[in-house]
Amino acid sequence: MAVAHLTPLTPLTRGRLVRVNGALLAVLVVTLVAAAALGPVRIDWRRALDFRAQVNPDAVILLRARIPRILLAAIVGGALATAGAALQALLRNPLADPHLLGVSGGAALAGVCALVFKPAVLGQTVVVPAAAFAGALASTWVVFRLARIGGRLDSYTLLLIGVIYNAFAAGLLMFINTVVDLYQAQGVLFWLMGSLANRDYRVVGALGLYTLAGLGALLLRARDLDCLSLGDDRAAELGVQVERTRLLIFVATSLLVGAVVSVSGMIGFVGLVVPHLVRLAVGADHRLLLPAAYLAGAIFLVWADTLARTVLGATEIPVGVVTALCGAPFFAYLLRRERWKTAA
Amino acid sequence: MTGDRSQSGGAPPPDVLVQADRLRFAYGRREALSDVTLAVGRGEMLAIAGPNGSGKSTLLGLLSGVRRPAAGAVRLAGRDLAAYGRREVARLVAVVPQETAVAFPYTVAEIVLMGRAPHLRGLGLEGARDLAVAERAMARTGVLAFADRLLAELSGGERQRVIVARALAQEPTLLLLDEPTTFLDLRHAMEILELIAGLNEREGLTVVAVLHDLTIAASYFRRVAFLRAGCLVAEGPPQSVITEATVRAVFDAEVRVATDSDGVLTVRPLRRERR
Repeated sequence: MAVAHLTPLTPLTRGRLVRVNGALLAVLVVTLVAAAALGPVRIDWRRALDFRAQVNPDAVILLRARIPRILLAAIVGGALATAGAALQALLRNPLADPHLLGVSGGAALAGVCALVFKPAVLGQTVVVPAAAFAGALASTWVVFRLARIGGRLDSYTLLLIGVIYNAFAAGLLMFINTVVDLYQAQGVLFWLMGSLANRDYRVVGALGLYTLAGLGALLLRARDLDCLSLGDDRAAELGVQVERTRLLIFVATSLLVGAVVSVSGMIGFVGLVVPHLVRLAVGADHRLLLPAAYLAGAIFLVWADTLARTVLGATEIPVGVVTALCGAPFFAYLLRRERWKTAA
Repeated sequence: MTGDRSQSGGAPPPDVLVQADRLRFAYGRREALSDVTLAVGRGEMLAIAGPNGSGKSTLLGLLSGVRRPAAGAVRLAGRDLAAYGRREVARLVAVVPQETAVAFPYTVAEIVLMGRAPHLRGLGLEGARDLAVAERAMARTGVLAFADRLLAELSGGERQRVIVARALAQEPTLLLLDEPTTFLDLRHAMEILELIAGLNEREGLTVVAVLHDLTIAASYFRRVAFLRAGCLVAEGPPQSVITEATVRAVFDAEVRVATDSDGVLTVRPLRRERR
């Protein structure tokens, strides 16, 4: 049709999807390589990649410590950012974040419970992630139900309920912490702070599969998320099956968050900061926002973790501390800006 | 009371597009609509008026299928609305709400293109035809010039025109409007109504609008239905239903209804001390 190239509309085209995501993918690749080169120990690349050597500490550091950790950071960051973007659209609240809403806390709680029972088979790859997924799903549902009063979902009620739920989950975690033995207590603390260290390829691979499933499910609903962000009734008027779609999005985000929390503990604010910045850069259309947020979240967390493991030399900071130190002031800024907008 | 519900002020509509049959709806225990029966003909332009809480928006929600009736049924083009899929309904019925709040930085073009959502498949991006339809809707509502601006930056009147454009992008047969002019000043309200009346006349779009202002209803609509406490109490052409007695019965308000030289009604409030 001749109208097509005359149109002044700049819609989302396949070309734009490929350009934006391609550029982010290129940045991610550069980030991964740079992060592998950075660390408290300098690696001689030629020696590290020399597979004939019998004893090769460079190869061990690179292949057993750094690379799985960097891949894990990328997957965790991507999953958290995508889950944040989807929850924000569904709850119509740019301040929603899996961590702030208590979804991560619920996942951690269920994950710790599973861990305390010391699952023998497939603990790290199946049992704990499954428990964390169930915990995330239950938490999402509870927070949503508590915050929705008379069919209306108020942004600030939602955030307050999330905070309260988080405090409750943290209290329970502390309780478990005091009744288990010292060795397990160390593990609980790790969940609370969030860390990407000491994971092998099996765990990374399993997490990759879970998060790909979650991301795929969300991508199929990207257009529905646009409609839902206008309101439930507006979405229904545009042909969205609201209840069914909401359930599907709850399940997909819980899968992303649960899987991630089961491996890395609670890493906050990635799901808040990254979608916001990506939206500013590429717009709010979820067909572009969701994949772009995944890639940008991966880039963000790889750098945050690189900072966490290098800035104090051999002493490592939990990556959750780094993201909280960046994210909390950013949240305060966003909250004030949102309030100004409503006040104006 | 003038305008009996079974006789819509003369001949029944020749070709019925929407038939509401004995509709009932309740929010919890509070009954919002009881036994409402109403037919809207193809190409008709119907205004629904009534006091706050009389069930006007609820009726609109039932006609668009967003709410399910507790009893009774809505038939759209001869088929029970409950038998349609959600997307299928959205290709036939579009809704313009009082106000649309956006939480995210969508551009005007992005908002209007959401009207194509019920026509897209799966992961689909908009094709040339979707763009052409959206562009035409924007041209007709005069919002093409702000295609790339953010919706949040526009004035209330401009924003409402964008929402009408989105509704038109759905290519509906039936357009429902829920107090579309509540937040608009007189000039912008008139622009919206002129636009809708024009679409009705030129393209035969069927229009059902909830309106508060009876003078506006009389100026733009050929048929008016009054709701009170969830019941349809009067219905017919403005000249026969917008009367001082009906307004008193429906709204508990004293007004003076006058017909001006070109035959259009005006309704003005009667001040207490001058009665």
